[in-house]
Amino acid sequence: MTKIKASMAGTVWKIVVSEGEEVKAGQDVVILESMKMEIPISAESDGVVKRIIVQEGMFVNEEDDLLEIE
Amino acid sequence: MFKKILIANRGEIARRIICTCRKLNIQTVAIYSEADAQSLYVKEADEAYLVGKPPVAQSYLNIEKIIEIAKESHAEAIHPGYGLLSENATFAQSCLDAGLTFIGPSPEVIASMGSKLEARKKMKEAGIPIIEGMDIALENTEAACQAAEKIGYPIMLKASAGGGGIGMQRIDNSDQLVKAYEGNKKRAESFFGDGTMYIEKLIEDPHHVEIQIIADSYGNVVPLFERECSIQRRNQKVVEEAPSPFISEATRAKMQEAAVRAAKYIGYTNAGTIEFLVDSKQNFYFLEVNTRLQVEHPVTEEILGLDLVAEQIKIAAGESLSFQREDIERKGHAIEVRIYAEDPKTFFPSPGKITGLQLPQGPGIRHECAIEAGTVVTPFYDPMIAKLIAWGKDRDEACKRLLDALHHYKVGGIKTNIPMLIETVSHELFLKGYPTTSFVENYYLPKIQEIKSK
Repeated sequence: MTKIKASMAGTVWKIVVSEGEEVKAGQDVVILESMKMEIPISAESDGVVKRIIVQEGMFVNEEDDLLEIE
Repeated sequence: MFKKILIANRGEIARRIICTCRKLNIQTVAIYSEADAQSLYVKEADEAYLVGKPPVAQSYLNIEKIIEIAKESHAEAIHPGYGLLSENATFAQSCLDAGLTFIGPSPEVIASMGSKLEARKKMKEAGIPIIEGMDIALENTEAACQAAEKIGYPIMLKASAGGGGIGMQRIDNSDQLVKAYEGNKKRAESFFGDGTMYIEKLIEDPHHVEIQIIADSYGNVVPLFERECSIQRRNQKVVEEAPSPFISEATRAKMQEAAVRAAKYIGYTNAGTIEFLVDSKQNFYFLEVNTRLQVEHPVTEEILGLDLVAEQIKIAAGESLSFQREDIERKGHAIEVRIYAEDPKTFFPSPGKITGLQLPQGPGIRHECAIEAGTVVTPFYDPMIAKLIAWGKDRDEACKRLLDALHHYKVGGIKTNIPMLIETVSHELFLKGYPTTSFVENYYLPKIQEIKSK
């Protein structure tokens, strides 16, 4: 299981996958908004989204867990 | 003259306004979000009030709260700076309704120029050259495709309420347009609350040249020359200079005339900027009107020896312009670079704590700076943390001074775009004065790729 972490502090703008969904390495899973810019966060490996930890609108710090992929 | 002014902004522009107010013996009131409590401008203002939580919607965009603070602190006028509420007609109207002076043009002018479609229409009426395009909003993807066929690809898809490059995209064919239309419309809706879209023919590889104007309430409009702002990334300006190294004296004269005619036609008052695109043959086309002070106003101040903020305040206080067009003399050349807290290769933001700061000094060097060692750059606001301006007796001297200053500009703890600025300002094309708005894409980014792959 791998945890996808926030690459920088910001607000969760959009969660573009749902729990149980299959994702491929490099696919965007969450879009953060930081300093008026959209920051896409992508999966590092293929897998299935096991759990989404954050909600849209939530503020996250760098290195905070966003979701789990199995 | 006013005794006290509230500044409805933050960062370097709040400091800039405080600086002029001190010279004019005007007391200042700052507003700050919880994230900005330790900021320099908060310490420098005569009074400072907490306006809300860090997100702008809960602080710097909270009209009701800002007006309440202005009343409570007995401020007589509000300076909106740039960005945030500066081009919000509702805010300008709310100030007037509360008996406060809004330092800027009338709410009517702000509203009509805030809609880019409406601005296009007005400029056409005034006889200003506009880009071939449509004067009505697109109804749907199909209508967009039909209009694009008629104009001919490539085109620019634009949001009528847009700004900062959001909702704007170059489109080369109908497949791209079908793919882009809904997404850009949604983005415009979520950012500006208005998804009105339109298209214009793409001007290939243009220069961005804008005319600064200043107008009092008695019909006097004076053009204050141009600024060239062609070096951009993500459709946002990075390097700005005055005068433009590209346009001819004849073009300069025609553009100044057009800007004055536009300002008079719409009944403009206070400081404003008419933006144009200029093609390789020196044809110029209206782009938009910025109904506020621009980020890059210092380059105009440096070549003219004027204080634009002071002029804005005097006009808002009902004074007539103290100079005429014949009195304005331009001297030398000035270049400004914007220092962004961002990765110089990907342009992604880089918030964090600034551990050290060294600002270079020297002849012709000016700083507009929001930070000091220990400042935390938060993810809530624009990544611009400072501006560096270099003046020289000619463009060569300004370039040399700027480059030298950039080499000695040190920001510790976060990534900044300084390496990108050094690359740009020392590039042969820049030194010759040739860059167009495609510079970053065509010259800077390929060079970075080359370095990476080595």
